[in-house]
Amino acid sequence: MAAMTAGVAPPEVALPGPALRSVDGVGAEARAQLFASRSIKRGAKRWALDLIVRCTDLTSLEGADTPGRTATLCAKALRPDPVDPAVPPVAAVCVYPALAEPASRCLRGSPVKVAAVATGFPSGQVPAEVKLAEAAAAARVADEIDMVMDRRAFLCGRYVEVADEIAAVKAAIGGRHLKVILETGELGGYDQVRRASWLAMAAGADFIKTSTGKIQPAATLPVAVVMLEAIRDFAEATGRPVGFKAAGGIRTARQAIGYAVAVNETLGGAWLNPVRFRIGASSLLNDVLMQIAKERSGAYQAPDDFSQT
Amino acid sequence: MSAPSVAKTPKLYLGGAFVRSESGRVYPLGLVNVPRASRKDLREAVRAARAAVPGWSHRTAYTRGQVLYRVAEMLEGRRVEFIAALGGGRASGREVDRTLDALVYYAGLADKLAQLGGSVNAVAGPYFTFTVPEPVGVVALVAPEAPALFGLLTHVAAALSGGNAVVALVSERRPLPGLLAGELLATGDVPQGVVALLSGLRTELVPQIGSHRDIDAVDSAGCPPELRRELERLAADRVKRIVPASADGTSPGHRLALATCELKTIWHPVGV
Repeated sequence: MAAMTAGVAPPEVALPGPALRSVDGVGAEARAQLFASRSIKRGAKRWALDLIVRCTDLTSLEGADTPGRTATLCAKALRPDPVDPAVPPVAAVCVYPALAEPASRCLRGSPVKVAAVATGFPSGQVPAEVKLAEAAAAARVADEIDMVMDRRAFLCGRYVEVADEIAAVKAAIGGRHLKVILETGELGGYDQVRRASWLAMAAGADFIKTSTGKIQPAATLPVAVVMLEAIRDFAEATGRPVGFKAAGGIRTARQAIGYAVAVNETLGGAWLNPVRFRIGASSLLNDVLMQIAKERSGAYQAPDDFSQT
Repeated sequence: MSAPSVAKTPKLYLGGAFVRSESGRVYPLGLVNVPRASRKDLREAVRAARAAVPGWSHRTAYTRGQVLYRVAEMLEGRRVEFIAALGGGRASGREVDRTLDALVYYAGLADKLAQLGGSVNAVAGPYFTFTVPEPVGVVALVAPEAPALFGLLTHVAAALSGGNAVVALVSERRPLPGLLAGELLATGDVPQGVVALLSGLRTELVPQIGSHRDIDAVDSAGCPPELRRELERLAADRVKRIVPASADGTSPGHRLALATCELKTIWHPVGV
């Protein structure tokens, strides 16, 4: 194990040490259950809902996306609830590289970032030079790059190749924010998730992200707990804080609050901001807006009153 | 020797399942603890009903009629049990019979509603228009306090025959026959979520029904007079339709089914 990862680890990281500690799966699931059932009410709930909006990467990754649809998405990102100016803008809009240009035009001068997926999203099954070229092209417009980890190499045990590729993409995008998508649903176990997390962080990821949203299972809370603990151990070992992005299958405010609770109780309040915590979602935002309107007015809301993007 | 008796614990019928109130609350009624639905139970019921509307309203009217007829079959098969739940005696027997009649009536009405409520309209131009009834969507029903079974199922069947999903508050004082009726619906092929049966306090739930923005109409048959004003005030925010309590209590008829339908008028050129 140590031999496999030794090539990629910065010298100051002690391996295997905490990196390859095996994961207590039952424990992770039990902890996730606790986080999911935490009761967050009133003031704390309002704060949490606001946080979730501020940390959302509003996402549309469809073949049918057009510049027009992207413009609609950006309008929603800037002012999620047109009737409630108190609702803050989201963190970023996440699109395919071809739509990063129209997105950045719509978002110019605003705090909302443009994130583009790259490196052969979602499968990553394209030649290495194509991945680098795609990432570099996307980085000319986008502020943040969401790359997919090479699961083919990872599952073959070629960890050095995985890490080298992440480092190469990091170099190719020239200082842009790099999120590495692990696609945990394809890794086949908590130990693998921890290993992939550590690998990505050691190779220079600014964020590690659960899933593409294109395969099932996507993000689950137990997997998030495993990743968050890896982030915590990595920060302890190296002093470098890495961000966490949950994506895929998060549709309700309640689920999203579960992730925020997990982040808070694993990593602490320093991670509860858009610089270190993101939620990638499309339909989630409307559910959060409905909850905010419910907290404001006291009446349960109708989905028809919120724009579908 | 008498048979051992097993006391029945009534439950809410919500999203196609029999559940206790999310709040865990009950209100005592004799020896029975009746679940006291909370606003969150109502919210879940409306969510399930909203999800069920497209499937149910797009079934053919003929199929909806068949499903209602099946519910009547289920009731007939459990006649004795329902008579006992209503308190036994001749009056209870008559109520079950009237309920059966109402269910069969609305089963038959389903594919005739368009003829009764719709029309072809003569207009002064080279075209005509026709009008068809369409379900409003999610109907909240405050069922009459009495008769507990007939009142509930008549109004539920009326709304269902038009293609609506129904969230019903059963009689507060006599909730057991209404909650038991959930078993008829569950075994009678009514798709999951199309009907929810909630028991609880009207003072608590009627205002929630009024303010919930995803309810399209309220059948206020059993709304207590003192809550009616508030219900109407809250419902006005979303221009929610209020079906008033009928003057003669509850009588089955096609107007009751049309009361939870919108009339859609479509333009059509002549001779094309």
